[in-house]
Amino acid sequence: MGMTITEKILAEHCGQKEVRPGQLINARLDLCLANDITAPIAIDEFEKAGAAKVFDREKIALVPDHFTPNKDIKSAEQAAQLRRFARKHQIKYYFEVGEMGVEHALLPEQGIVLPGDCIIGADSHTCTYGALGAFSTGVGSTDVAAGMITGEAWFKVPEQMKFNYKGKLSKWVGGKDLILFTIGKIGVDGALYRTMNFTGPVIQSLPMEDRLALCNMAIEAGGKNGIIEPDEITEEYVHLRARHAYKFFKSDTDAKYVESYDWNVTNMEPQVAFPHLPSNVHPVSKASDITIDQVFIGSCTNGRLSDLRLAASILKGNSVAKFVRCIVIPATQLVYRQAMEEGLIAIFLDAGCAVCTPTCGPCLGGHMGILAAGERCVATSNRNFVGRMGHVKSEIYLANAAVAAASAITGRITHPEEVAK
Amino acid sequence: MKFKGKAFKYGDNVNTDEIIPARYLNSSDPEWLAAHCMEDIDADFVKAKKKGDIIAARKNFGCGSSREHAPIAIKAAGISCVIADTFARIFYRNAINIGLPIIECPKAAADIEAGDAVEVDLAKGSIKNQRSGHTFKFEPMPPFAQEIIAAGGLMKYVMNKMKKEAKK
Ligand code: SF4
Repeated sequence: MGMTITEKILAEHCGQKEVRPGQLINARLDLCLANDITAPIAIDEFEKAGAAKVFDREKIALVPDHFTPNKDIKSAEQAAQLRRFARKHQIKYYFEVGEMGVEHALLPEQGIVLPGDCIIGADSHTCTYGALGAFSTGVGSTDVAAGMITGEAWFKVPEQMKFNYKGKLSKWVGGKDLILFTIGKIGVDGALYRTMNFTGPVIQSLPMEDRLALCNMAIEAGGKNGIIEPDEITEEYVHLRARHAYKFFKSDTDAKYVESYDWNVTNMEPQVAFPHLPSNVHPVSKASDITIDQVFIGSCTNGRLSDLRLAASILKGNSVAKFVRCIVIPATQLVYRQAMEEGLIAIFLDAGCAVCTPTCGPCLGGHMGILAAGERCVATSNRNFVGRMGHVKSEIYLANAAVAAASAITGRITHPEEVAK
Repeated sequence: MKFKGKAFKYGDNVNTDEIIPARYLNSSDPEWLAAHCMEDIDADFVKAKKKGDIIAARKNFGCGSSREHAPIAIKAAGISCVIADTFARIFYRNAINIGLPIIECPKAAADIEAGDAVEVDLAKGSIKNQRSGHTFKFEPMPPFAQEIIAAGGLMKYVMNKMKKEAKK
Protein backbone atom coordinates (compact mmCIF):
# COMPACT_ATOMS: atom_id res chain seq x y z
CA MET A 1 0.00 0.00 0.00
CA GLY A 2 1.22 3.48 -0.85
CA MET A 3 2.34 6.21 1.49
CA THR A 4 1.81 9.95 1.57
CA ILE A 5 4.66 12.43 1.54
CA THR A 6 4.38 12.86 5.33
CA GLU A 7 4.51 9.11 5.93
CA LYS A 8 7.55 8.81 3.67
CA ILE A 9 9.45 11.62 5.40
CA LEU A 10 8.67 10.16 8.83
CA ALA A 11 9.66 6.65 7.70
CA GLU A 12 12.99 7.91 6.42
CA HIS A 13 13.64 9.79 9.66
CA CYS A 14 12.94 6.81 11.91
CA GLY A 15 14.89 4.40 9.74
CA GLN A 16 11.97 2.26 8.64
CA LYS A 17 10.74 1.22 5.22
CA GLU A 18 7.21 2.22 6.00
CA VAL A 19 5.10 3.77 8.74
CA ARG A 20 1.34 3.76 9.23
CA PRO A 21 -1.04 6.17 10.97
CA GLY A 22 -1.28 5.54 14.71
CA GLN A 23 2.24 4.12 14.93
CA LEU A 24 4.51 5.69 17.56
CA ILE A 25 7.95 6.50 16.28
CA ASN A 26 11.12 8.26 17.32
CA ALA A 27 12.26 10.45 14.48
CA ARG A 28 15.61 12.05 13.79
CA LEU A 29 15.35 15.84 13.60
CA ASP A 30 16.85 18.18 11.01
CA LEU A 31 15.97 21.27 13.03
CA CYS A 32 14.70 22.32 16.48
CA LEU A 33 13.29 25.83 16.69
CA ALA A 34 12.34 28.07 19.61
CA ASN A 35 11.68 31.78 20.12
CA ASP A 36 12.04 34.33 22.91
CA ILE A 37 8.84 33.14 24.58
CA THR A 38 9.28 29.39 24.31
CA ALA A 39 13.08 29.00 24.46
CA PRO A 40 13.46 30.13 28.09
CA ILE A 41 11.43 27.14 29.34
CA ALA A 42 13.31 24.83 26.97
CA ILE A 43 16.66 26.16 28.20
CA ASP A 44 15.59 25.77 31.85
CA GLU A 45 14.58 22.17 31.16
CA PHE A 46 17.79 21.51 29.24
CA GLU A 47 19.88 22.79 32.12
CA LYS A 48 17.79 21.13 34.84
CA ALA A 49 18.34 17.80 33.08
CA GLY A 50 22.08 18.39 33.45
CA ALA A 51 22.73 18.23 29.73
CA ALA A 52 26.21 19.45 28.83
CA LYS A 53 25.84 20.06 25.13
CA VAL A 54 23.37 20.26 22.28
CA PHE A 55 23.15 17.37 19.80
CA ASP A 56 24.20 19.54 16.86
CA ARG A 57 24.85 23.28 16.95
CA GLU A 58 23.91 23.53 13.27
CA LYS A 59 20.46 22.01 13.73
CA ILE A 60 19.02 24.45 16.22
CA ALA A 61 17.42 27.80 15.43
CA LEU A 62 16.75 30.40 18.12
CA VAL A 63 14.81 33.42 16.94
CA PRO A 64 13.95 36.23 19.36
CA ASP A 65 11.00 37.65 17.39
CA HIS A 66 7.97 37.95 19.67
CA PHE A 67 8.68 40.74 22.17
CA THR A 68 11.71 42.15 20.37
CA PRO A 69 13.20 44.73 20.16
CA ASN A 70 12.41 44.16 23.82
CA LYS A 71 9.30 45.91 25.07
CA ASP A 72 10.02 45.73 28.79
CA ILE A 73 12.51 44.47 31.36
CA LYS A 74 10.97 41.02 31.73
CA SER A 75 11.09 40.34 28.00
CA ALA A 76 14.64 41.68 27.87
CA GLU A 77 15.59 39.10 30.52
CA GLN A 78 14.07 36.34 28.40
CA ALA A 79 15.95 37.44 25.28
CA ALA A 80 19.15 37.70 27.33
CA GLN A 81 18.74 34.09 28.45
CA LEU A 82 18.38 33.02 24.81
CA ARG A 83 21.45 35.00 23.81
CA ARG A 84 23.57 33.52 26.62
CA PHE A 85 22.55 29.99 25.67
CA ALA A 86 23.16 30.61 21.96
CA ARG A 87 26.61 32.02 22.69
CA LYS A 88 27.57 29.24 25.10
CA HIS A 89 26.58 26.48 22.70
CA GLN A 90 27.64 28.34 19.55
CA ILE A 91 24.18 27.94 18.03
CA LYS A 92 24.57 28.56 14.31
CA TYR A 93 21.11 29.87 13.59
CA TYR A 94 20.72 32.47 16.28
CA PHE A 95 19.40 35.74 14.88
CA GLU A 96 20.02 38.96 16.76
CA VAL A 97 17.73 41.99 16.49
CA GLY A 98 18.86 43.60 13.24
CA GLU A 99 19.05 40.31 11.37
CA MET A 100 16.04 38.70 13.00
CA GLY A 101 12.63 38.31 11.37
CA VAL A 102 9.41 36.50 12.21
CA GLU A 103 10.66 32.92 12.51
CA HIS A 104 8.36 31.24 9.98
CA ALA A 105 9.13 33.85 7.35
CA LEU A 106 12.83 33.91 8.20
CA LEU A 107 13.73 30.20 8.15
CA PRO A 108 12.31 29.41 4.67
CA GLU A 109 13.74 32.66 3.29
CA GLN A 110 17.21 31.82 4.64
CA GLY A 111 17.15 28.26 3.27
CA ILE A 112 17.37 26.73 6.77
CA VAL A 113 14.23 24.62 6.37
CA LEU A 114 14.08 22.57 3.19
CA PRO A 115 12.13 19.86 1.33
CA GLY A 116 12.22 16.46 3.02
CA ASP A 117 13.29 17.85 6.42
CA CYS A 118 11.79 16.73 9.72
CA ILE A 119 11.38 19.77 11.97
CA ILE A 120 9.95 20.59 15.37
CA GLY A 121 9.45 24.08 16.70
CA ALA A 122 8.20 25.39 20.00
CA ASP A 123 5.72 27.52 18.12
CA SER A 124 2.43 26.32 16.73
CA HIS A 125 2.96 27.85 13.28
CA THR A 126 6.00 25.67 12.66
CA CYS A 127 3.62 23.84 10.31
CA THR A 128 4.39 26.62 7.77
CA TYR A 129 7.34 24.72 6.27
CA GLY A 130 5.04 22.03 4.88
CA ALA A 131 4.79 24.45 1.96
CA LEU A 132 8.31 23.36 1.01
CA GLY A 133 7.50 19.65 1.23
CA ALA A 134 8.94 19.22 4.73
CA PHE A 135 7.37 17.55 7.74
CA SER A 136 7.21 20.25 10.38
CA THR A 137 5.04 20.59 13.43
CA GLY A 138 4.60 22.71 16.52
CA VAL A 139 5.46 21.27 19.91
CA GLY A 140 6.05 22.59 23.41
CA SER A 141 9.23 23.84 25.04
CA THR A 142 9.97 20.55 26.82
CA ASP A 143 9.87 18.71 23.50
CA VAL A 144 12.42 21.17 22.15
CA ALA A 145 14.60 20.70 25.25
CA ALA A 146 14.59 16.94 24.66
CA GLY A 147 15.16 17.49 20.94
CA MET A 148 18.16 19.74 21.58
CA ILE A 149 19.72 16.99 23.69
CA THR A 150 18.88 13.87 21.69
CA GLY A 151 18.23 15.14 18.16
CA GLU A 152 15.03 13.13 18.18
CA ALA A 153 11.34 13.54 18.92
CA TRP A 154 8.47 11.12 19.44
CA PHE A 155 5.52 11.28 17.07
CA LYS A 156 2.34 9.42 16.48
CA VAL A 157 2.10 9.04 12.71
CA PRO A 158 -0.93 11.17 11.84
CA GLU A 159 -3.92 10.11 9.79
CA GLN A 160 -4.00 11.70 6.36
CA MET A 161 -6.58 14.10 4.93
CA LYS A 162 -6.65 15.39 1.37
CA PHE A 163 -7.82 18.79 0.15
CA ASN A 164 -8.08 19.11 -3.60
CA TYR A 165 -8.63 22.56 -5.13
CA LYS A 166 -9.78 22.96 -8.73
CA GLY A 167 -10.74 25.93 -10.87
CA LYS A 168 -9.23 29.37 -11.24
CA LEU A 169 -8.45 31.87 -8.50
CA SER A 170 -9.87 35.37 -8.93
CA LYS A 171 -7.60 38.37 -8.99
CA TRP A 172 -7.60 39.26 -5.28
CA VAL A 173 -7.64 35.72 -3.97
CA GLY A 174 -4.61 33.71 -2.81
CA GLY A 175 -3.23 31.24 -0.30
CA LYS A 176 -4.74 33.06 2.69
CA ASP A 177 -8.21 32.88 1.20
CA LEU A 178 -7.87 29.18 0.38
CA ILE A 179 -6.96 28.32 3.96
CA LEU A 180 -9.63 30.59 5.50
CA PHE A 181 -12.19 29.00 3.18
CA THR A 182 -11.00 25.53 4.20
CA ILE A 183 -11.09 26.25 7.95
CA GLY A 184 -14.53 27.79 7.46
CA LYS A 185 -15.68 24.48 5.96
CA ILE A 186 -14.13 22.00 8.39
CA GLY A 187 -13.92 24.04 11.63
CA VAL A 188 -11.11 24.75 14.08
CA ASP A 189 -10.79 21.07 15.00
CA GLY A 190 -11.66 19.67 11.58
CA ALA A 191 -8.15 18.30 11.07
CA LEU A 192 -7.32 17.55 14.72
CA TYR A 193 -4.13 15.41 15.00
CA ARG A 194 -4.10 14.90 11.24
CA THR A 195 -2.06 15.85 8.19
CA MET A 196 -3.65 18.26 5.71
CA ASN A 197 -2.43 17.38 2.21
CA PHE A 198 -3.08 20.36 -0.09
CA THR A 199 -3.29 19.24 -3.71
CA GLY A 200 -4.83 19.87 -7.10
CA PRO A 201 -4.30 22.21 -10.04
CA VAL A 202 -4.81 25.38 -7.97
CA ILE A 203 -2.03 24.37 -5.58
CA GLN A 204 0.26 23.30 -8.41
CA SER A 205 0.24 26.83 -9.81
CA LEU A 206 0.23 28.62 -6.45
CA PRO A 207 3.33 30.80 -5.84
CA MET A 208 5.59 29.78 -2.93
CA GLU A 209 4.68 32.70 -0.67
CA ASP A 210 0.99 31.81 -1.00
CA ARG A 211 1.83 28.19 -0.21
CA LEU A 212 3.60 29.33 2.95
CA ALA A 213 0.53 31.36 4.01
CA LEU A 214 -1.69 28.35 3.31
CA CYS A 215 0.33 25.83 5.32
CA ASN A 216 0.89 28.40 8.09
CA MET A 217 -2.73 28.09 9.16
CA ALA A 218 -3.06 24.27 9.14
CA ILE A 219 -2.83 24.51 12.95
CA GLU A 220 -5.93 26.72 12.92
CA ALA A 221 -7.86 23.64 11.79
CA GLY A 222 -6.16 21.59 14.51
CA GLY A 223 -3.80 19.90 12.02
CA LYS A 224 -0.53 18.32 13.04
CA ASN A 225 1.00 19.41 9.76
CA GLY A 226 -0.04 20.79 6.40
CA ILE A 227 1.97 19.83 3.36
CA ILE A 228 2.36 20.43 -0.35
CA GLU A 229 4.29 18.16 -2.71
CA PRO A 230 7.45 19.86 -3.90
CA ASP A 231 7.64 20.71 -7.61
CA GLU A 232 9.33 23.20 -9.97
CA ILE A 233 8.00 26.14 -7.96
CA THR A 234 9.62 24.64 -4.87
CA GLU A 235 12.87 23.95 -6.69
CA GLU A 236 13.02 27.49 -7.96
CA TYR A 237 12.49 28.83 -4.44
CA VAL A 238 15.00 26.62 -2.63
CA HIS A 239 17.87 25.93 -4.98
CA LEU A 240 19.75 29.18 -4.49
CA ARG A 241 19.11 29.56 -0.78
CA ALA A 242 19.49 25.98 0.50
CA ARG A 243 22.00 25.68 3.35
CA HIS A 244 21.98 21.86 3.38
CA ALA A 245 21.07 19.00 1.09
CA TYR A 246 17.37 18.46 0.44
CA LYS A 247 15.18 15.78 -1.01
CA PHE A 248 11.81 15.76 -2.75
CA PHE A 249 9.25 13.23 -1.53
CA LYS A 250 5.95 12.61 -3.33
CA SER A 251 2.79 10.86 -2.24
CA ASP A 252 2.02 7.55 -3.93
CA THR A 253 -1.14 7.51 -6.01
CA ASP A 254 -2.50 4.68 -3.85
CA ALA A 255 -1.77 6.42 -0.53
CA LYS A 256 -4.62 6.23 1.95
CA TYR A 257 -6.68 9.19 3.22
CA VAL A 258 -9.26 9.08 5.99
CA GLU A 259 -11.09 12.01 4.43
CA SER A 260 -10.93 13.87 1.12
CA TYR A 261 -12.44 17.14 -0.01
CA ASP A 262 -12.81 18.41 -3.55
CA TRP A 263 -13.55 22.07 -4.09
CA ASN A 264 -13.94 24.21 -7.17
CA VAL A 265 -12.73 27.65 -6.13
CA THR A 266 -13.55 29.54 -9.34
CA ASN A 267 -15.25 32.85 -8.48
CA MET A 268 -14.30 32.56 -4.82
CA GLU A 269 -14.22 36.01 -3.19
CA PRO A 270 -11.54 37.11 -0.74
CA GLN A 271 -12.41 35.53 2.60
CA VAL A 272 -12.68 37.20 6.01
CA ALA A 273 -12.70 35.40 9.37
CA PHE A 274 -14.95 37.28 11.80
CA PRO A 275 -14.35 37.30 15.57
CA HIS A 276 -13.54 35.19 17.53
CA LEU A 277 -12.56 32.06 15.64
CA PRO A 278 -10.59 31.53 12.42
CA SER A 279 -13.47 29.29 11.27
CA ASN A 280 -16.04 32.10 11.38
CA VAL A 281 -15.43 32.80 7.70
CA HIS A 282 -17.50 34.95 5.31
CA PRO A 283 -16.88 36.34 1.81
CA VAL A 284 -15.61 39.93 1.97
CA SER A 285 -18.79 41.30 0.38
CA LYS A 286 -20.72 40.23 3.49
CA ALA A 287 -18.47 42.40 5.66
CA SER A 288 -18.67 45.73 3.86
CA ASP A 289 -20.54 47.62 6.58
CA ILE A 290 -18.09 46.77 9.35
CA THR A 291 -16.11 49.86 10.36
CA ILE A 292 -12.58 49.48 11.67
CA ASP A 293 -10.01 51.31 13.82
CA GLN A 294 -6.78 49.58 12.88
CA VAL A 295 -5.19 47.57 10.10
CA PHE A 296 -2.21 45.29 10.66
CA ILE A 297 -0.25 44.04 7.64
CA GLY A 298 2.47 41.63 8.72
CA SER A 299 3.05 38.36 10.65
CA CYS A 300 4.27 34.90 9.63
CA THR A 301 1.13 34.44 7.56
CA ASN A 302 1.18 37.53 5.35
CA GLY A 303 4.20 39.71 6.06
CA ARG A 304 6.23 38.62 3.02
CA LEU A 305 7.28 40.64 0.00
CA SER A 306 4.35 39.52 -2.17
CA ASP A 307 1.96 40.67 0.57
CA LEU A 308 3.61 44.07 0.81
CA ARG A 309 3.55 44.40 -2.98
CA LEU A 310 -0.13 43.62 -3.00
CA ALA A 311 -0.88 46.10 -0.21
CA ALA A 312 1.24 48.79 -1.85
CA SER A 313 -0.49 48.31 -5.22
CA ILE A 314 -3.72 49.28 -3.49
CA LEU A 315 -2.41 52.00 -1.17
CA LYS A 316 -0.45 53.74 -3.93
CA GLY A 317 -1.79 57.26 -4.35
CA ASN A 318 -4.36 56.73 -1.60
CA SER A 319 -4.44 57.70 2.08
CA VAL A 320 -5.33 55.80 5.17
CA ALA A 321 -8.77 56.95 6.39
CA LYS A 322 -8.92 59.60 9.11
CA PHE A 323 -8.94 58.05 12.61
CA VAL A 324 -7.67 54.70 11.28
CA ARG A 325 -4.16 53.36 12.00
CA CYS A 326 -2.45 51.19 9.41
CA ILE A 327 0.60 49.36 10.78
CA VAL A 328 2.86 47.60 8.30
CA ILE A 329 5.54 45.22 9.60
CA PRO A 330 7.77 43.53 7.04
CA ALA A 331 8.32 39.99 8.33
CA THR A 332 12.11 39.93 7.87
CA GLN A 333 15.03 42.28 7.33
CA LEU A 334 15.32 41.08 3.72
CA VAL A 335 11.64 41.76 3.07
CA TYR A 336 12.13 45.20 4.64
CA ARG A 337 15.11 45.96 2.43
CA GLN A 338 13.47 44.67 -0.76
CA ALA A 339 10.32 46.64 0.01
CA MET A 340 12.47 49.73 0.42
CA GLU A 341 14.36 49.15 -2.81
CA GLU A 342 11.12 48.61 -4.72
CA GLY A 343 9.66 51.82 -3.33
CA LEU A 344 6.93 50.06 -1.35
CA ILE A 345 7.93 51.63 1.96
CA ALA A 346 7.65 55.09 0.40
CA ILE A 347 4.14 54.23 -0.80
CA PHE A 348 3.17 53.15 2.73
CA LEU A 349 4.63 56.29 4.28
CA ASP A 350 2.93 58.51 1.70
CA ALA A 351 -0.38 56.85 2.47
CA GLY A 352 0.05 57.51 6.19
CA CYS A 353 1.02 54.02 7.39
CA ALA A 354 3.33 53.30 10.29
CA VAL A 355 6.15 50.97 9.18
CA CYS A 356 8.07 49.07 11.86
CA THR A 357 11.12 46.83 12.16
CA PRO A 358 10.41 43.07 11.88
CA THR A 359 8.69 41.58 14.95
CA CYS A 360 5.59 39.53 15.77
CA GLY A 361 4.43 42.57 17.73
CA PRO A 362 0.68 43.12 17.52
CA CYS A 363 -0.09 39.65 16.10
CA LEU A 364 -0.08 38.17 19.59
CA GLY A 365 -0.96 41.37 21.42
CA GLY A 366 2.69 41.81 22.38
CA HIS A 367 3.45 45.40 21.45
CA MET A 368 3.45 47.86 18.50
CA GLY A 369 -0.30 48.06 18.01
CA ILE A 370 -2.43 46.81 20.91
CA LEU A 371 -6.21 47.29 20.67
CA ALA A 372 -8.39 49.18 23.16
CA ALA A 373 -11.85 48.06 24.32
CA GLY A 374 -14.37 48.19 21.51
CA GLU A 375 -11.80 48.59 18.74
CA ARG A 376 -11.83 46.57 15.54
CA CYS A 377 -8.83 45.52 13.52
CA VAL A 378 -8.37 43.92 10.12
CA ALA A 379 -5.24 41.79 10.41
CA THR A 380 -3.33 39.68 7.91
CA SER A 381 -2.25 37.37 10.74
CA ASN A 382 -3.76 34.02 11.67
CA ARG A 383 -5.69 34.21 14.95
CA ASN A 384 -8.67 36.26 16.04
CA PHE A 385 -9.27 34.77 19.49
CA VAL A 386 -10.75 36.90 22.28
CA GLY A 387 -8.09 39.32 23.50
CA ARG A 388 -5.46 38.08 21.05
CA MET A 389 -4.41 41.61 20.03
CA GLY A 390 -5.35 43.49 23.17
CA HIS A 391 -8.49 44.18 25.20
CA VAL A 392 -10.94 41.28 25.56
CA LYS A 393 -13.61 43.57 24.12
CA SER A 394 -11.65 44.25 20.92
CA GLU A 395 -12.33 42.42 17.66
CA ILE A 396 -10.07 40.97 14.96
CA TYR A 397 -11.03 40.25 11.35
CA LEU A 398 -8.54 38.08 9.46
CA ALA A 399 -8.01 38.73 5.76
CA ASN A 400 -5.39 38.87 3.02
CA ALA A 401 -3.12 41.88 2.49
CA ALA A 402 -5.23 43.32 -0.35
CA VAL A 403 -8.38 43.37 1.75
CA ALA A 404 -6.42 44.84 4.66
CA ALA A 405 -5.00 47.64 2.52
CA ALA A 406 -8.35 48.43 0.90
CA SER A 407 -9.99 48.55 4.34
CA ALA A 408 -7.34 50.98 5.60
CA ILE A 409 -8.34 53.42 2.86
CA THR A 410 -12.10 53.33 3.45
CA GLY A 411 -12.17 52.68 7.19
CA ARG A 412 -14.46 49.69 6.77
CA ILE A 413 -13.91 46.15 5.53
CA THR A 414 -13.56 46.55 1.79
CA HIS A 415 -13.24 44.40 -1.32
CA PRO A 416 -9.97 45.39 -3.01
CA GLU A 417 -11.65 45.91 -6.38
CA GLU A 418 -13.64 48.78 -4.86
CA VAL A 419 -10.54 50.93 -4.44
CA ALA A 420 -8.07 49.45 -6.94
CA LYS A 421 -7.30 51.72 -9.85
CA MET B 1 -3.62 8.87 41.35
CA LYS B 2 -6.94 10.02 42.79
CA PHE B 3 -8.36 13.54 42.82
CA LYS B 4 -11.40 15.17 44.31
CA GLY B 5 -12.38 18.75 43.67
CA LYS B 6 -14.87 21.32 42.56
CA ALA B 7 -15.39 21.76 38.85
CA PHE B 8 -14.94 24.85 36.71
CA LYS B 9 -16.84 24.46 33.45
CA TYR B 10 -16.08 25.90 30.02
CA GLY B 11 -17.29 25.30 26.44
CA ASP B 12 -15.72 24.40 23.08
CA ASN B 13 -12.35 25.62 21.76
CA VAL B 14 -10.93 27.14 24.94
CA ASN B 15 -7.71 28.54 23.46
CA THR B 16 -4.28 29.14 24.90
CA ASP B 17 -4.72 32.93 24.70
CA GLU B 18 -7.61 32.51 27.12
CA ILE B 19 -5.74 30.09 29.37
CA ILE B 20 -2.79 32.48 29.62
CA PRO B 21 -2.85 35.72 27.59
CA ALA B 22 0.31 36.55 25.65
CA ARG B 23 0.74 39.81 27.57
CA TYR B 24 1.93 37.68 30.52
CA LEU B 25 4.39 35.59 28.52
CA ASN B 26 7.25 37.94 29.26
CA SER B 27 7.93 35.55 32.14
CA SER B 28 7.70 31.78 32.50
CA ASP B 29 7.55 31.81 36.32
CA PRO B 30 4.75 29.32 37.21
CA GLU B 31 3.44 31.50 40.07
CA TRP B 32 3.15 34.52 37.77
CA LEU B 33 1.39 32.44 35.12
CA ALA B 34 -0.98 30.88 37.68
CA ALA B 35 -1.93 34.35 38.92
CA HIS B 36 -3.30 35.17 35.44
CA CYS B 37 -4.67 31.75 34.49
CA MET B 38 -8.02 31.86 32.60
CA GLU B 39 -8.17 35.63 33.14
CA ASP B 40 -9.74 36.54 29.78
CA ILE B 41 -12.41 33.85 29.86
CA ASP B 42 -13.21 33.76 33.59
CA ALA B 43 -12.06 36.74 35.64
CA ASP B 44 -13.14 35.01 38.90
CA PHE B 45 -11.18 31.81 38.33
CA VAL B 46 -7.99 32.83 40.09
CA LYS B 47 -9.83 33.95 43.22
CA ALA B 48 -12.30 31.07 43.32
CA LYS B 49 -10.04 28.08 42.60
CA LYS B 50 -8.80 25.83 45.37
CA LYS B 51 -6.04 23.28 45.31
CA GLY B 52 -7.26 20.05 43.74
CA ASP B 53 -10.12 21.59 41.75
CA ILE B 54 -10.71 20.34 38.24
CA ILE B 55 -11.49 21.97 34.91
CA ALA B 56 -14.11 20.47 32.63
CA ALA B 57 -14.61 21.69 29.05
CA ARG B 58 -15.90 20.46 25.72
CA LYS B 59 -14.22 20.08 22.30
CA ASN B 60 -10.65 21.06 21.36
CA PHE B 61 -9.46 22.36 24.75
CA GLY B 62 -6.13 24.20 24.52
CA CYS B 63 -6.23 25.08 20.84
CA GLY B 64 -4.03 27.84 19.48
CA SER B 65 -0.45 28.49 20.38
CA SER B 66 2.17 25.96 21.43
CA ARG B 67 2.90 27.82 24.65
CA GLU B 68 3.72 25.35 27.39
CA HIS B 69 2.85 28.24 29.71
CA ALA B 70 -0.79 27.15 29.31
CA PRO B 71 -0.62 23.72 31.02
CA ILE B 72 2.02 25.13 33.40
CA ALA B 73 -0.39 27.92 34.45
CA ILE B 74 -3.17 25.40 35.05
CA LYS B 75 -0.93 23.04 36.99
CA ALA B 76 0.58 25.85 39.06
CA ALA B 77 -2.92 27.14 39.82
CA GLY B 78 -3.43 23.87 41.70
CA ILE B 79 -5.82 22.26 39.22
CA SER B 80 -5.56 18.49 39.59
CA CYS B 81 -6.77 17.51 36.11
CA VAL B 82 -8.60 18.70 33.02
CA ILE B 83 -11.51 16.71 31.56
CA ALA B 84 -12.70 17.49 28.03
CA ASP B 85 -14.32 15.91 24.96
CA THR B 86 -11.05 16.39 23.05
CA PHE B 87 -7.80 18.32 23.39
CA ALA B 88 -5.82 20.23 20.78
CA ARG B 89 -2.75 18.17 19.97
CA ILE B 90 0.07 20.45 21.12
CA PHE B 91 -1.70 21.07 24.43
CA TYR B 92 -2.18 17.31 24.84
CA ARG B 93 1.49 16.70 24.19
CA ASN B 94 2.60 19.50 26.50
CA ALA B 95 0.36 18.28 29.32
CA ILE B 96 1.96 14.82 29.10
CA ASN B 97 5.44 16.31 28.92
CA ILE B 98 5.00 18.43 32.05
CA GLY B 99 2.86 15.90 33.94
CA LEU B 100 -0.59 17.53 34.03
CA PRO B 101 -3.23 14.77 33.96
CA ILE B 102 -5.77 15.28 31.18
CA ILE B 103 -8.71 13.06 30.35
CA GLU B 104 -10.70 12.71 27.15
CA CYS B 105 -14.20 11.72 28.20
CA PRO B 106 -17.03 13.43 26.27
CA LYS B 107 -19.81 11.96 28.44
CA ALA B 108 -18.31 13.21 31.69
CA ALA B 109 -17.46 16.55 30.10
CA ALA B 110 -21.11 16.94 29.10
CA ASP B 111 -22.44 15.90 32.50
CA ILE B 112 -20.25 18.06 34.71
CA GLU B 113 -21.58 21.51 35.55
CA ALA B 114 -19.85 24.43 37.22
CA GLY B 115 -19.51 23.82 40.96
CA ASP B 116 -20.03 20.03 40.84
CA ALA B 117 -17.94 17.95 43.19
CA VAL B 118 -16.04 15.47 41.04
CA GLU B 119 -13.89 12.45 41.91
CA VAL B 120 -11.32 11.08 39.49
CA ASP B 121 -9.39 7.82 39.72
CA LEU B 122 -6.68 7.90 37.07
CA ALA B 123 -5.49 4.33 37.51
CA LYS B 124 -8.99 2.84 37.39
CA GLY B 125 -10.06 5.21 34.62
CA SER B 126 -13.19 6.46 36.34
CA ILE B 127 -14.86 9.81 36.97
CA LYS B 128 -17.66 10.26 39.48
CA ASN B 129 -19.92 13.31 39.56
CA GLN B 130 -21.39 13.53 43.08
CA ARG B 131 -24.22 15.87 42.05
CA SER B 132 -25.58 13.78 39.18
CA GLY B 133 -24.56 10.50 40.79
CA HIS B 134 -23.17 9.32 37.42
CA THR B 135 -19.91 7.44 37.04
CA PHE B 136 -17.96 7.46 33.79
CA LYS B 137 -15.22 5.22 32.45
CA PHE B 138 -12.44 6.57 30.31
CA GLU B 139 -9.67 5.07 28.21
CA PRO B 140 -6.33 5.31 29.96
CA MET B 141 -3.64 7.29 28.14
CA PRO B 142 -1.57 5.38 25.56
CA PRO B 143 1.17 3.26 27.24
CA PHE B 144 3.90 5.47 25.80
CA ALA B 145 2.36 8.55 27.41
CA GLN B 146 1.92 6.69 30.69
CA GLU B 147 5.62 5.79 30.63
CA ILE B 148 6.51 9.45 30.30
CA ILE B 149 4.22 10.46 33.14
CA ALA B 150 5.48 7.61 35.33
CA ALA B 151 9.05 8.79 34.73
CA GLY B 152 8.03 12.23 35.96
CA GLY B 153 7.82 14.00 32.61
CA LEU B 154 9.57 13.91 29.25
CA MET B 155 12.95 15.22 30.42
CA LYS B 156 13.36 12.56 33.08
CA TYR B 157 12.19 9.92 30.62
CA VAL B 158 14.75 11.04 28.04
CA MET B 159 17.61 11.26 30.55
CA ASN B 160 16.81 7.76 31.90
CA LYS B 161 16.83 6.40 28.38
CA MET B 162 20.15 8.05 27.58
CA LYS B 163 21.72 6.65 30.73
CA LYS B 164 20.54 3.17 29.81
CA GLU B 165 21.94 3.48 26.30
CA ALA B 166 25.27 4.76 27.61
CA LYS B 167 25.61 1.60 29.71
CA LYS B 168 25.05 -0.73 26.76
S1 SF4 C 1 3.66 36.41 13.70
FE1 SF4 C 1 2.09 35.83 15.17
S2 SF4 C 1 1.51 33.75 14.68
FE2 SF4 C 1 3.45 34.19 13.64
S3 SF4 C 1 5.04 33.44 15.04
FE3 SF4 C 1 4.69 35.59 15.50
S4 SF4 C 1 3.13 35.62 17.12
FE4 SF4 C 1 3.12 33.59 16.21
